[in-house]
Amino acid sequence: MNPTHHAPARTLDSLLEQPWIWRGDQYAKVALESIPSGFDALDEQLPGNGWPRGAITEVLTSYQGIGELRLLTPALAALSQQEGWIALIAPPHLPYAPGFSNLGVDPSRLLVVAGKSDSESLWAAERCLRTGSCAAVLIWTNAGERGLRRLQTAAEQGGSWGVVFGHTRLAAQPSPAPLRIQVSPGRRRLDLQILKRRGGGWAPPLSLDVDKPSPASLDAPAFERARRRIRPGQA
Amino acid sequence: MLWSCLHFPDFHLQLLLRAGESARALAVTSPTRPPRILSCNHGALDQGVRPGMTLSAALALEPALVERPRNESTEAAALQGLAAWAGQFTPTISLAPPDGLLLELAGSLRLFGGLAPLLRKIEINLRELGYHTRIATAPIASAALLLARAGAGSKLTNLRDLPSALAPLPLRLLDLPEITLRCLAELGASTLGQCLRLPRQGLAARFGPGLLAPLDRALGLLPDPRPLFQTPEHYHNRILLPAPVGDVEPLLFVAKRLLLELAGFLSARRSGLARLDLELHQEDGAILPVLLELSAPSRDATHLLTLLRERLSSVTLKQRVEAVVLRCEHLRPVPPGQLTLFPEDPRSGPQRWMIIDELRARLGREAVHGLAVHTDHRPELAWRACEPGTNSSPSPYPRPLWLLRQPLPLKSEGGTPRFRGPLQLLAGPECIESGWWDGQDIRRDYFLARDAREELLWVFRERAAPHGWYLHGVFA
Repeated sequence: MNPTHHAPARTLDSLLEQPWIWRGDQYAKVALESIPSGFDALDEQLPGNGWPRGAITEVLTSYQGIGELRLLTPALAALSQQEGWIALIAPPHLPYAPGFSNLGVDPSRLLVVAGKSDSESLWAAERCLRTGSCAAVLIWTNAGERGLRRLQTAAEQGGSWGVVFGHTRLAAQPSPAPLRIQVSPGRRRLDLQILKRRGGGWAPPLSLDVDKPSPASLDAPAFERARRRIRPGQA
Repeated sequence: MLWSCLHFPDFHLQLLLRAGESARALAVTSPTRPPRILSCNHGALDQGVRPGMTLSAALALEPALVERPRNESTEAAALQGLAAWAGQFTPTISLAPPDGLLLELAGSLRLFGGLAPLLRKIEINLRELGYHTRIATAPIASAALLLARAGAGSKLTNLRDLPSALAPLPLRLLDLPEITLRCLAELGASTLGQCLRLPRQGLAARFGPGLLAPLDRALGLLPDPRPLFQTPEHYHNRILLPAPVGDVEPLLFVAKRLLLELAGFLSARRSGLARLDLELHQEDGAILPVLLELSAPSRDATHLLTLLRERLSSVTLKQRVEAVVLRCEHLRPVPPGQLTLFPEDPRSGPQRWMIIDELRARLGREAVHGLAVHTDHRPELAWRACEPGTNSSPSPYPRPLWLLRQPLPLKSEGGTPRFRGPLQLLAGPECIESGWWDGQDIRRDYFLARDAREELLWVFRERAAPHGWYLHGVFA
């Protein structure tokens, strides 16, 4: 390709990568550090093309156990191959090591923390996020808006990925979490609705087969895939 | 040789004040009869109390005076603690009791960037420990000691400068008998210089070698051997509080000073500690033990203090505390920290263990654990709670992410189990039959089932009559 023709295209591309450019049909692509979710269709809708690091993700469900955890396991499996703990704060049941191991999440990376009260669990979650020694922190405690704000600040400081599980009825309430996803069971699949994401914009509802993550999506680093998608002409 | 003497003026009083400055008038008294004031704080000085007074005179001036008799064994222990702490600067240390410490620094100058930066570092660190010190440096240990006692703050590096520097020092500093000092004063000699100008033979004949030998040692004319301090294997130190306290915050202040001293000792021994014992001595004589266990040995004073703060926050004080004792007997080798160009990644390396210790310090040891796969076919025995970071072999079978602690009995209708309505069996049976040898044998057929809410469940049916159905896990 002639470099003189290439140069303006690159300028335009780099311009469109800026977070302050908003195109009506799209949410702004923000250059965020992220963890590939393992589901291409979901990554495409997430700013940074994956679960955001250094932020809280709120996962809202009507019931626990519908597949909300399996939605996260591809990302957790990838994280468990790297440094850092995966903390489970106040899990509702016994986390079953063979189950995690079978889905590729190395149990030796898991840290189970059981506080005696919500405030103890919240404190533990905040410390895990803030010190940065945990790659991911999964939180099943009732945080409330103030608690979420504290967790979000802690996640920003430590660069960890915090996931707070909550009930669907919280969807109507404001939340400081930059990413909020409502998850409901579909026929043999999981229906996802992104309620809030960085960069704004309406996101179409998704339907994922949580037991079939896209295997290729886990190989390429998120950054590379982000580039490919931003420049469809060269893909 | 280059000796620096750390002299702690009014050491007995400093030991009380480092546990927290008290607004009340405080004095240390001599064990003589009648007791006399050895030293006192500003509060007492303001009321007119002066060192040398009898206690009864001082009490007449300030009836609320808090009086503590001098305790020489406490002072000796504190000096030992300081010497252990100073091991981080030099291996050659000698005690100069009751209130001095001699450090040979010639070998450490390069590492610490010269004498002035090293001395500044020592002085600042001592201030953090709660000590006020006078430091003097000379090529001879005795000379450094005399100069520090005189408070000169001098830094001599050359032997030739010694006579002129020592000449104006008063003879009192030499620990001579009172009678000798009086005789010399009658001869017109009250300083070292005046004494040295007197005829040597006459002095030797009149006062014996007891006078000339220390002078000659200080000037480098006689050898000045010093017993070397051996860094102890364990660490043990106590701080007596000037007044009993009932809150945790002043205890943390005291603990910080003890921990900083401990960190210096650990650094000298190139060790970290795996466990720390703190004892809170209460007014009624009872001892409240506070134990801190670490998953990875550490000598980071900030980290230890964070852990201790969390640990102490869960302690309830029923009685006021009079003294804090720190004891550390479980040392583990920790190599000196490598100089890194980039800040350490908190996700790897020793830092990743700190969060576990911190959580455990506050929530208790059992509140934090890791998980491992255990090779057993029985689902309830196929996992273990373990120390975080324990490796185990991967599990080849599809299993749920949540397990119920106790299998939940399910009703069944026409052979179909029910849980919030009839369950739809998606896969199975997987027959698990094991454990006949240890009495916990099971014979079950496991199924993957879906309930009306689209939850994926792990259920089983007993192979033995009455073939009951149970819920055992959730795929989540």
